[in-house]
Amino acid sequence: MSTYIIRRLLGIIPLLFGITVVSFFIIRLAPGKPVAVEQSLNPRVSPELRLRLEKQFGLDKPLHVQYLIWMKQIVRLDFGRSYIDSRPVMEKIAERIPLTLGLNLAALVLIFLIAVPLGVRSAIKADSAFDHSVTFLSFLFFAAPTFWLALLFMQFFSIQLGWFPISGLTSLDFEYFSAWGKAGDSIRHLFLPVFVAAIGGFAGLTRYMRSNMIEALRQPYIATARAKGLPESAVLYSHALRNALLPVVTILGLSIPGLLGGSVIFESIFALPGIGRLFYEAVMTRDYPLIMAEVVITAVLTMLGNLIADISYACVDPRISYKER
Amino acid sequence: MKRNPYLKIGLTIIGLLMLITLFAPWLRSADPAQIDAAQLLMPPSSAHPFGTDQLGRDLLTRIIYGARISLSIGFIAMGIAVAVGILLGSLAGFYGRLVDTLIMRCADVMLCFPTFFLILAVVAFLEPSIFNIMAIIGLTSWMGPARLIRGEILSLKEREFIQAERALGASDARIILRHLVPNALGPVLVNATLGISAAILLETGLSFLGLGVQPPVPSWGNILIEAKSTLGVAWWIMIFPGLAILVTILGFNFIAEGLKKIIG
Repeated sequence: MSTYIIRRLLGIIPLLFGITVVSFFIIRLAPGKPVAVEQSLNPRVSPELRLRLEKQFGLDKPLHVQYLIWMKQIVRLDFGRSYIDSRPVMEKIAERIPLTLGLNLAALVLIFLIAVPLGVRSAIKADSAFDHSVTFLSFLFFAAPTFWLALLFMQFFSIQLGWFPISGLTSLDFEYFSAWGKAGDSIRHLFLPVFVAAIGGFAGLTRYMRSNMIEALRQPYIATARAKGLPESAVLYSHALRNALLPVVTILGLSIPGLLGGSVIFESIFALPGIGRLFYEAVMTRDYPLIMAEVVITAVLTMLGNLIADISYACVDPRISYKER
Repeated sequence: MKRNPYLKIGLTIIGLLMLITLFAPWLRSADPAQIDAAQLLMPPSSAHPFGTDQLGRDLLTRIIYGARISLSIGFIAMGIAVAVGILLGSLAGFYGRLVDTLIMRCADVMLCFPTFFLILAVVAFLEPSIFNIMAIIGLTSWMGPARLIRGEILSLKEREFIQAERALGASDARIILRHLVPNALGPVLVNATLGISAAILLETGLSFLGLGVQPPVPSWGNILIEAKSTLGVAWWIMIFPGLAILVTILGFNFIAEGLKKIIG
């Protein structure tokens, strides 16, 4: 077990190296040098300053030296300053991470709450009308683009029914609310985004849960449990479900990049100040330091998510750490 | 085929869609970019079955021409991904050792990047042309096919017919191209079909953010930008392009599900 964890931890070193190399080469894709943009934004940049900027980015040096310079800054979590407001990039990202993480966690919880019961019931009643309608719904929501669902829900729940605000994080008169009023106001603003993210994501997990459960019900230990006269509910929920739930841990890890990527779209639609919208703004304004920082940080977050998922999977299912040796 | 309703429905949807895109100029005589100031934001009628947009352009025509763009991006992007995936996956599976480690580590690294972040970052540096979008989506989606091909080849290469071929003195290239890859294609086909819908969803998402296909060229994603600005005013601009995407993705996913049943 511990050797497995140590091996997995060592495995992140080449991954981290790879992530930085790929990110570094994305900067090199730029048609002009990154500093050219800064100059065009600021007409007062003198030739001397331009030279200094080139020095700072090491653009006059060979490629591998540039990479090392960049790496030296990254290890200290120094991603430079934003071209737009000259604030440290790390600061801009750090203040936006809680909202995105919170939204995605809430969406994950909701996905779990919808998908697990649906998948399990479909498996138990395989080929029933219930199973077929769940399958149909999963296909339908799997095929619908998230941003379109967001538009539909905005139209229906916000405009026609007026239940939820269309976008933003707080109402205009937020300052004057009581503490409870503030909490209620935030929930009203965040409900639709979380709901849309969950609706877009529950389909895959439902299908996965269904096939896991069917697979688990076929195992010999289920026949044993039934043969020794256990009540059906104990067979289903404590023998089959437990085993069917185990691999879901890794699926949750694997869904992190999708959720983070999706947050670019629905944070833009719902005008929520998370890292997704920050990234969109950075791309629109060609704010290179911010773009690079977000690419590296989201990749590292994804990697850590997968690592945690794998290790916790190995903890709940000891077979894994043996199999992978 | 007979007892495979998924495949049947899927193929029908995609087949019809391809016919429509192929015969687009004959189906709708209007130019998708033709502006008609007298017909702004008209609800569906017999002249405009899907209504018109803010510039009075016929929505049905724009959706049909948008299908051309979205479908070709889906197919070509996935073509690139499968080609790269087959190449790298078969090299990794066949040669093993260092080659395998290197290629599969690269795949692991690429899988760490949320695709959307990676694609947006690249688009920020390059111009968002249709060709670039195909290439970027393709080059960021090869990992799935590569892993599948590698796995299949690992289990195939020790089999007797491969050893027989080796004993006959066949070259590595011949063994890989004539025997291993064709035998490993099944699962890749399922994966590629799902990949087409993923690529189309990526393209519509990018275009919806204004970083994909650029107006006036219509794509399902950029038509929906107008749906956002006419929210609550013109429901048809929101409903029809979205339904087009939904039905297309359903079609490809049904085909994939049907293929899965055939392959095993």
